[in-house]
Amino acid sequence: MADSPDFPQGMSCPTPANDTERVQLGHGSGGKQTAMLVRDRFFAWLSNEILAKQTDAAVLNLGSTKIAVSTDTFVVKPLEFPGGDIGSLSVHGTLNDLAMMGAEPLYMTAGFVLEEGLELEVLDRVVASLARAAAEAGVEGRKGRADDTGDTGGAVEGGVPIVCGDTKVVERGKCDGMYINTTGIGQIDPAFTPSPEKARPGDAVIVSGPIGRHGIAVMAQREGLEFDVEVESDAATLWPLVERLRDAIGDAVHVLRDPTRGGVASALNEIAQSAEVGIELNENSLPIPQPVLAACELLGFDPLYVANEGILIAIVEEHVASDAVKVLQSHPLGAAAAIIGRVVSTNSGIVALKTAVGGTRVVDMLSGDQLPRIC
Amino acid sequence: MCLGIPGRVVEIAGDASMLMGTVDFGGVRRETCLAYVADEVSVGNYVIVHAGFAISILNEEEARQSFELLREMGQLSGEEWMQNLANDSLGQNREVTE
Amino acid sequence: MKYLSEYRDGEVAKQLVEKIRATATKPWVLMEVCGGQTHTIVKQGLDGLLGDSVELIHGPGCPVCVTPIEQIDRALDVASRPDVIFTSFGDMLRVPGSDGDLFQVRARGGDVRIVYSPLDAVKIAQSNPEKQVVFFAVGFETTAPGNAMAVLRAKQLGVSNFSMLVSHVTVPPAMVGLLESKNNRIQAFLAAGHVCTVMGWEEYEPIAAKYRVPIVVTGFEPLDLLEGVLLAVRQLESGRAEVENQYVRAVEREGNKAAQYAIQQVFEPTDRSWRGIGTIPASGLALRGEYSQYDAVLRFGLADVHSHESEACRAGDVLTGRIKPRECPAFGRECTPETPLGAPMVSSEGACAAYYNYGRIALSENEKSNG
Repeated sequence: MADSPDFPQGMSCPTPANDTERVQLGHGSGGKQTAMLVRDRFFAWLSNEILAKQTDAAVLNLGSTKIAVSTDTFVVKPLEFPGGDIGSLSVHGTLNDLAMMGAEPLYMTAGFVLEEGLELEVLDRVVASLARAAAEAGVEGRKGRADDTGDTGGAVEGGVPIVCGDTKVVERGKCDGMYINTTGIGQIDPAFTPSPEKARPGDAVIVSGPIGRHGIAVMAQREGLEFDVEVESDAATLWPLVERLRDAIGDAVHVLRDPTRGGVASALNEIAQSAEVGIELNENSLPIPQPVLAACELLGFDPLYVANEGILIAIVEEHVASDAVKVLQSHPLGAAAAIIGRVVSTNSGIVALKTAVGGTRVVDMLSGDQLPRIC
Repeated sequence: MCLGIPGRVVEIAGDASMLMGTVDFGGVRRETCLAYVADEVSVGNYVIVHAGFAISILNEEEARQSFELLREMGQLSGEEWMQNLANDSLGQNREVTE
Repeated sequence: MKYLSEYRDGEVAKQLVEKIRATATKPWVLMEVCGGQTHTIVKQGLDGLLGDSVELIHGPGCPVCVTPIEQIDRALDVASRPDVIFTSFGDMLRVPGSDGDLFQVRARGGDVRIVYSPLDAVKIAQSNPEKQVVFFAVGFETTAPGNAMAVLRAKQLGVSNFSMLVSHVTVPPAMVGLLESKNNRIQAFLAAGHVCTVMGWEEYEPIAAKYRVPIVVTGFEPLDLLEGVLLAVRQLESGRAEVENQYVRAVEREGNKAAQYAIQQVFEPTDRSWRGIGTIPASGLALRGEYSQYDAVLRFGLADVHSHESEACRAGDVLTGRIKPRECPAFGRECTPETPLGAPMVSSEGACAAYYNYGRIALSENEKSNG
């Protein structure tokens, strides 16, 4: 090969791999490509103080009241999967965005885009499931209330009402059966405001439950892959867990984040960058169910990047870490809660993993989606 | 080129033209082509599967012997090794039951 | 998982590393020629554990990385055609050709689908008789039997709308090519375990003898790799140069005869260009004449293709171990996993991507001290 030429700064590559003309699937993965799209295309036009924080939900001041607002659009395929469907997912996803800000969910809206030809039976099932999820959305109620019977709610009458909605229909082939957008409105407790940049060296990194179930449950149904696995989506509203943490340890909870698309790895990378800290994880501490591990081995996936819809990451002060774990474990949703690592002051912005055999590797943000590989 | 993982044959389908079967990989099951191990494969065997094809039957005796040697070197206690074998669990990771 | 988890035991790993350090009197230069092995090494941080006790070079073992750019360009061409369903293993979709990758073809409306097995591609052809289904048949000898079976199956079932874009490569000629090159530093090889599951290890014996290099057939789990390194180092220390089998649970000397037979039935050796390295004689597989109806190049007239590589990409030097990824001037600057100039940065076990992810902790500390 020739001697290496002198490279001027800002050299333009003759074989650009990143399409500068069109949106690609990887832009929706929740990883670096998504971040680039948001930064270059959206933030180029939309900017204000609140948006710039890039938190799970926006905190708005209405006079003396603080409310949280979050919006999310759901495009999952297949529409129905083990453990849930696009309807229930659209409730849990949005309410969890509110919950991660410490906001108690109060109201929701739902907008539907339906594909011409969608069977009405499917629509029925999805809307029923959405309604059920909203009705059970664990607004757990007063302190001192007897512990619930073990379903994922702890329901209060009415749950979270859907207060307005919209429906559109597009031609056959223009959307995968159905897309749903939900917006959630919640009430902020001014004394409890977890936020990504509050992570501090020494804090414990806790995960509330088993990792990787949702992504694998959905992936198993995908055409071309098709395998049988006893894994159900973990989709659930996490407010009951947040409420318990708040009541038990208050502002010793520094960060809450639900690791959805992009998985635990992406969420922790965002936090590490936001707070300008390093994070160290312990592979032996990660609670990963056997079938999820097996499916990941088969496809060549890393469970740390697989989407979750029913667990949260809590970064809490070291001295209350084991209390936090106990509190989480006291609710069925948090039965498998575990400390998986800690925040450090070295390697700012980087998430590192101590591997099962004792080595170390960087857990980077992915560029696009994980791809099933043969190598 | 080599993402091949071991799984247990739980079912063999009879089509002589291209032998197929179901292989269980620690709880994940997938249809697998057994044509290249057709002569000797039977239910209960472990096979190495790559891109939907079983490319060899895992030699469990060899595995046991060679792991014995490793174990001696690693000074694993006999109990720990038997427990690993018996539990199908992932080494030191917490087993999570659903 | 049985026969997987036991081979990730941290205690045994530590012992193996200590034995390696105790045995090696100097930092021998070892190369592994398998993307799957590179992946484990990086994912489990084995480089770090081994430190400078040995020098481990990641060779051209990733068939994704070494697929010639002309084949990628052919894939992009045929995948863009409206009557074609293009099927491929997942890791090929992000490899850059002269002008984009398969993901971009998909964004522009091409029907590009990921499959886990070539038999899935045949099924898609059966379910879509009005379309042409093309499968991107990439890989080393491990994948060849499966791809051969897909052709045989298509023939047996009379599936005429199925064809393959073949870009197989074989390992032994590449090893020889590396050993023959000027300034070769490689002193021992870890041979790819699953390639040998299929092919056996007989064909490595003359190589070990002629070039006086130990070749250890090695598996893919951390303990396999560490044991393979230990066996190689022991041979080097005692002046032996033999083919040895670490991966006893899955490899026999003659390999899998049925699989070899299928490969010989459907494919024949051909010269093959390895991206970034150049043409290595008889290092590829092509469809035999009697199966040429399944050759996508013939079916779609793809022979003529004009390709151009990034001039900055030094994949060849990296893949042959001449330079470490960090020594490439574009590494981490113009060339990153988001904006790869060449294949080793795209594939998760391409050497450059591996270094980019693994090495960043050490890097960032160096950067601090260098200012």
